[in-house]
Amino acid sequence: MDLSLPLRHWEMFLHGVWVSMTLTVLSVVIGFALALPGALAQQRRSRFAFLPRGYAYFFRGTPLLAQTFLIYYGLGQFEVVRESWAWVFLKEAWWCALIAFSLNSGAYQTEILRGAFAMTPKGELEGAKALGLSERQTTWLVLLPSSLRRAMPQYGNEVVFQLHSSVVASVITIQDILGAGRTLNARYYVAYEGFVTAAVLYMALTFLLVGLFRLLERRYLRHLLPPEELRKLQKAGAGAAAFGTARV
Amino acid sequence: MSRLLEYLPLLMGGALTTVALAVCSALLATTLGLLGAWGKVAGNGLARLAVRIYTTLGRGIPDLVLILLVYFGGQRLINDIGEGLGLPFIEISKFWAGVAAIGVLYGAYLTETFRGAWIAVPRGQAEAARALGMPLRGEFLRVTGPQALRHALPGYGNVWLVLVKSTAVVSVIGLDDLVGLADKAGKSTREPFLFFVVVLLVYLAITAVSDKLLARAERWANTGQDLGRGGGGPRAPAREAAA
Repeated sequence: MDLSLPLRHWEMFLHGVWVSMTLTVLSVVIGFALALPGALAQQRRSRFAFLPRGYAYFFRGTPLLAQTFLIYYGLGQFEVVRESWAWVFLKEAWWCALIAFSLNSGAYQTEILRGAFAMTPKGELEGAKALGLSERQTTWLVLLPSSLRRAMPQYGNEVVFQLHSSVVASVITIQDILGAGRTLNARYYVAYEGFVTAAVLYMALTFLLVGLFRLLERRYLRHLLPPEELRKLQKAGAGAAAFGTARV
Repeated sequence: MSRLLEYLPLLMGGALTTVALAVCSALLATTLGLLGAWGKVAGNGLARLAVRIYTTLGRGIPDLVLILLVYFGGQRLINDIGEGLGLPFIEISKFWAGVAAIGVLYGAYLTETFRGAWIAVPRGQAEAARALGMPLRGEFLRVTGPQALRHALPGYGNVWLVLVKSTAVVSVIGLDDLVGLADKAGKSTREPFLFFVVVLLVYLAITAVSDKLLARAERWANTGQDLGRGGGGPRAPAREAAA
């Protein structure tokens, strides 16, 4: 293995990290916007709750690669699509990947949010009602803050999984981390360097994300910490600082 | 549409490859998961460290990266070794490269699943069996094992459902599985949309059948358990905990 090879092309890999991270973060954010109405509809037992349920079932039951192919290769088959305004986006691999990843992540987040909503203690909602909060106020002031806290560990998993799933982008020519690795291997006719570098970078990003969510959980799920952990935190005097828990 | 009928037998073959790939990978992953859990629960410090490195690596690397590394890196390695020893050229099978990569990755997830299931069985159960004079084998086969199985099944089902979908990326190294063949058929007929819709439906069918079988297995494993709420409810594929 020639380690100098990836080091000489660090800019390519750095760009890959940027592409992978932006795709991951954007798809989780857009996915949240897609998931929230559907999860709320299910929580309120709306007549249309079957729509988000079907959406989540379809996208969670099929591989992301096939979904991405369907959008990237499949949609271009229709002349209507090619002549519409949407073609500006749909002919670009990056937009197709973002659309596919967002739809996919949205499906998983629908389930995460639905589960978190369903676990809301009844007393919290009754309390909101007793205080005379409207349905909208209850949703934004009680249901969501409480559920998002509870969903935080699953959100950590979701982001890591979205990062790992984003390797599919390299299959449709996008120069993400793996794309950079494949380019390196092809250019120098080597077999290990590019893939090993990609593996190391994905691993590093995974650790980074896991660590970040651990910090967030320490802060937002502090009430669930075991007593001895909490005592340690208090001893460290970390209570006042927003992310002071990092030191422990 | 008529083109679809023409290609249907081909796609069926691809679907069989996909299922075979998933089953073989799952068998490897189960073996590795059991070994890993065993090492983590009963092993010495060295074994525990080895398992920990394995689960951390296995859950930190995306599936496609490992598949490419095993297929292209493995081929290079075999070539180099073969050249050194003067052996004839050996070609790595795409199918088995996929099985190796996916099996190793999901074995890391299953290690955690099995370990968690084992820990979930109260110690008193094993102690009671021992107090009744049961030999170690009987204790495992009749008391602790079946109870661990009950705890392991939901997690195992989730890993299986994620694993099945993971097999799709093996098509990237050119395996003629369902996705690979649909890609080729779509390109030659210029109707990729149609063929990828079929792919999605086949995967959906595999998921649905797995759901039914898993629900049945869980019902069987929970026989005699007072669950309070009557079964686990409908199952859907979920993502497993990551590193």
